[in-house]
Formats: sequence, structure tokens, C-alpha cells
Amino acid sequence: MPELRTPEGVGAANPSPTGRGHHRIFLGMAAGVGKTYRMLVEGHADQDAGRDVVIGLLESHGRQETARLADGLPVVPRRRVVYRERELEEMDLPGILGRAPELCLIDELAHTNVPGVEHRKRYQDVEDILAAGIDVMSTVNVQHLESLNDQVDELTGVRVRETIPDAVLERADEVVMIDLTPEALLERLRAGKIYPGDRIDSALNNFFRIENLAALREVALRQVAEEVGHRRLTTAGPVPGNGQSISAEAPRAVGERLLALIEPYPGAQRLVRRAWRSAQRLGAELDVLWVKPPHGALTPDQERSLAALRQLASLLGARLWVEESDDVATMAAEVARRLGSTYILLGRGRARRGLARLRTPLPQRLMELLPSVDVRIVADRATRPSGERS
Amino acid sequence: MSTGAAIGIGLAGLIIGLAAGFWLPPHGLRPRRGRPQAVRRILLPFTELGISRRAFEAAVRLAQAEHATIMPAFLARVPRQLPLDSPLPVQSSNGMPLLEAIEQRAVSQGVAVDSRVARGRTYRDALRRLLQGEQVDRVIVSATDSPNKGLTADDLEWLLERVPAEVVILRPAPQDTRQISPNGVAGHF
Repeated sequence: MPELRTPEGVGAANPSPTGRGHHRIFLGMAAGVGKTYRMLVEGHADQDAGRDVVIGLLESHGRQETARLADGLPVVPRRRVVYRERELEEMDLPGILGRAPELCLIDELAHTNVPGVEHRKRYQDVEDILAAGIDVMSTVNVQHLESLNDQVDELTGVRVRETIPDAVLERADEVVMIDLTPEALLERLRAGKIYPGDRIDSALNNFFRIENLAALREVALRQVAEEVGHRRLTTAGPVPGNGQSISAEAPRAVGERLLALIEPYPGAQRLVRRAWRSAQRLGAELDVLWVKPPHGALTPDQERSLAALRQLASLLGARLWVEESDDVATMAAEVARRLGSTYILLGRGRARRGLARLRTPLPQRLMELLPSVDVRIVADRATRPSGERS
Repeated sequence: MSTGAAIGIGLAGLIIGLAAGFWLPPHGLRPRRGRPQAVRRILLPFTELGISRRAFEAAVRLAQAEHATIMPAFLARVPRQLPLDSPLPVQSSNGMPLLEAIEQRAVSQGVAVDSRVARGRTYRDALRRLLQGEQVDRVIVSATDSPNKGLTADDLEWLLERVPAEVVILRPAPQDTRQISPNGVAGHF
């Protein structure tokens, strides 16, 4: 089954400098996509590699494939909790902490515990386990994320009561999206691999409709793509210094990516600010590019402007690239292709003189060179006559 | 002068005129706007909390009188747990529209603008870092009688003692409640 991963290492190979355990979450669009199965496969792999792996909590939902796969992995037995004169079973948090394995597998992160145990929610138990330096693999469906709860309700008509804060996903060291096409999932459901026979029809008529699954799949994929983008931004180093070049390995964005073409002069800051606002609205990344003429040193004014632009880009979380070429359009097109830019923003530019008037204007050249990229000329609104504003 | 010579001179004049029109920029010999030639620079620091309209207007009046460039500077505070060069999107989402509003208002009054942003652990630290790399002739700030509103009395004292520029401190006034508002930005910013 296909997967998407956020770009982090594996716990054993990258122990946390804080002593906190490594948390890997398997995220799916619905029950039955194979999150638990995948967690168990990875648990076995770690066990084979010599690590002390235990199952902290497994919900096999009667799936034989899953139950068979759990064989060979030690289980921390559930504890019994009496609530309203009924005996219920819960994950044994003190038992896991006492056993202190290297890696603990815990299903259904969004589960609500029976009152009377340490925490109200299972993700809080997991926090304690991570804090004890134990690595955790856990599973959750996208509809359990708090911020997506309303959206999922609107899309599917199903309100999920058990939710987890988005911060749990954000704090995880790795999020692995377990993806399956809606058609394949329905096939599994009909084959009795997800629910017992008597529940199949009801599931097919309610939650497991193809339009629901397609919508949930899109939500889940977007969620992981956003996570990946966020991690790339927050783990990227500071904006590099003078004259750096873009390496061929520069990561490509998922979704929209804006490229603002600037020159080092005071008005360029306005362009960068506007590009940043557009990027915010689109949830996109922003790159800023100056194509520097190959000959001639910078004037003191240009140096000051470039330093100010660098500060601005850094404050806004944008990347400033400086590339040397005497052909702005060709270089900008090359950079846009490398970065995977979907929009190019540029100012009105200086008035052209002499033979330069005979050349094709820069926006037109860019549109010719990058037919699939939107080119936007940012208006110089500062020059617009305006009335009194407060 | 013969008719032929007159026609020749006329044609030559026409050609020179056309060539000049072709060669010169569409706006003729006017200086380029947005690339100020002024040497005097007036620093107008402000924070995400806002900027007093009185301070802005004082800066504009001085800039007009002295043909100076206003340098509005957005000062951002970096929380201790973050590296000093961290992006600050939340503060920027207040600061950038303010910067835009200041620029638009100043330019519409014929004053050149060259903006800056600076980060520091405190607003004073941000200002200090900015002034390390910039030369300014004047700094205009508004004193405030309310704590947690940007630069404190200590910061102003520090400015007077340490900054090698003329410092104009506007004393608190009732009109200080009037601030430059990002809502005044023309366009969709």
C-alpha cells in the first residue's frame, strides 16, 4: 500500500537529543486502510533489528490478518477498570512505563479512556510514554483531528466524537500516510477484511460510500502534504548569505509556490511584502529571486537595499536567491522550473530606453518560457492617488 | 537660406527629436521615483502594536522640508526559545500591512521611503541591531505613558545616549490614540 512520509528519521537511528521518545503516527482516511497492519510490520522489523518492542494496545477488530501479524510481539496486558459497576479494559500505562521497552505500539490514538485512569485520552498516555524516553508507533484516522472534524462532518455527514488536538500530529516526529484508493478499500470491505459479514451492508450504506472515502482521502493527503511543507519550512536553516546558488537537490514544493523577481532597490520590498501576503493566502511557499548582472559591483545603495531585502525575506520565512546572468527571463525560468514555482510575481519594472524597447518585455518572455506558470505584475499602489485614510 | 536647406534642417530636427524620444524614458528626464537620491534619512521605528499618526506626520513634515527619505522600521521581538533569525509570521501579519500603509501614505505626500525590518530579543535590541548597519540622521519616536506599548522610557533614554543621530521624541498627547491603520492600505494587501 502506498505511503507518504514526513521527512524525519527513524527513532533508533536518530535518538532525540532531549531524551524524549520518537513518535511515528500512521495516518489513514478510514478504518481498514492498513494502519495497524503497517504498524505491526514495522514493529516486527524493529524487533528483528534487535530492539525491545512491545504491543501496548492493539485493536484488531477481529481481523485475522492483523491478529496473525501480532504473533511474536510481546503484549503488555490490558488492565481492568471498573466503571459504573462494569468491568472494562484499558491500556495499562503504568505497566508499559514499568516494562520500559524501547518501542511501544499503540493503536487508536484518539481513544477516550474510561474515567478513573491517569488521563482522559489515550494520546495523553502516549505523551507520558514518550516523555519516559520510549519510542511509540501509533495509529489515527484523519477525521479524528480536531481542526478537520467540522470539515469531515460536512463532507461525510458523520460527526466523530473522539478527537485529538492537531498539535499531537504536529509534535510527532514522523507522520506516515497509509493510502489506499476508495475502490480498493471497498473491495477489502466487501471481502470481509474490515468488518464481520453482518456489518458490511450497513458500512457500505453509511460511512463507506465512495464519495465519502474520496473526500476523506483528499483531506488526509492534504493534511500530510501540509505537514511536509510545514516541516520543510521549520527545519530549513537560516536564509543563506551572499551569492548562493540553488542546488539541483533543492526540495520541490507540494502545491503552490511563488517566486518574486526583484532588484535591489527600495521599491522591491513592497513587491516582496505583497508576494508574501499572496503566499499566505494560498498557503504557499515564497522564494525571492534577484538575477544579478554578471558584471559590475553593487553600489552602496544597492548593497543596503539587498541587505534590507535579505532581512525582510528572512523575517517572512521566504528564501532569497541570487543568481548571476545577463538574461533575466531565461534565468528566472530556469529557477522557477527547479523550485517548482507555480506563480511568478514581478513589479512594473523600469521604463525601457533605446534598443531595449525593441526586445520582448519580461512578462511576455516569462509566459513564453513557462507556459504553465501564472505571471502576475504587482501594481504599484503606493502611487495611486488616495484620499484621507486613517 | 534656400528652401532645400530649410527642409534639410527641418528633417534633421525631426530625426533628432524622434531619436531623443526613442532614447529617453517615457517620463522624460524626471528622476526615478522610488529610488531616492536624498542623503538625509529619518528613521521611524514602530512595532506590531502600531505607530502614532503624530509621529508619522512629524516624520513626513521633516522629510518634506529637508528632502529626506523616511525609513520606517518594523521592529519584531523574537521569543527566547527561537533562534534570532527565525521567521515571525504572526508579528509580520500585523507589521507588514502597517509598513504598507506607512509607505503608501508617505509616497502619496511626495516623500521617498526606504523601509527596514529588524529582529531582536527586545524592541530595543532590534533597534540596536538595525542601527549597527544603518546610518540615519534623525530618529523620530513617540513617547508613551502606557507600558507594553512599544519603546519604553528606558529605551528612549538609551536612544538619546547611544544613537549618533538627532533623536526627536514626541511627548505623549491625547492625539496619540490616532494611529496609522493597516486598514487604510489601498488595494487588497
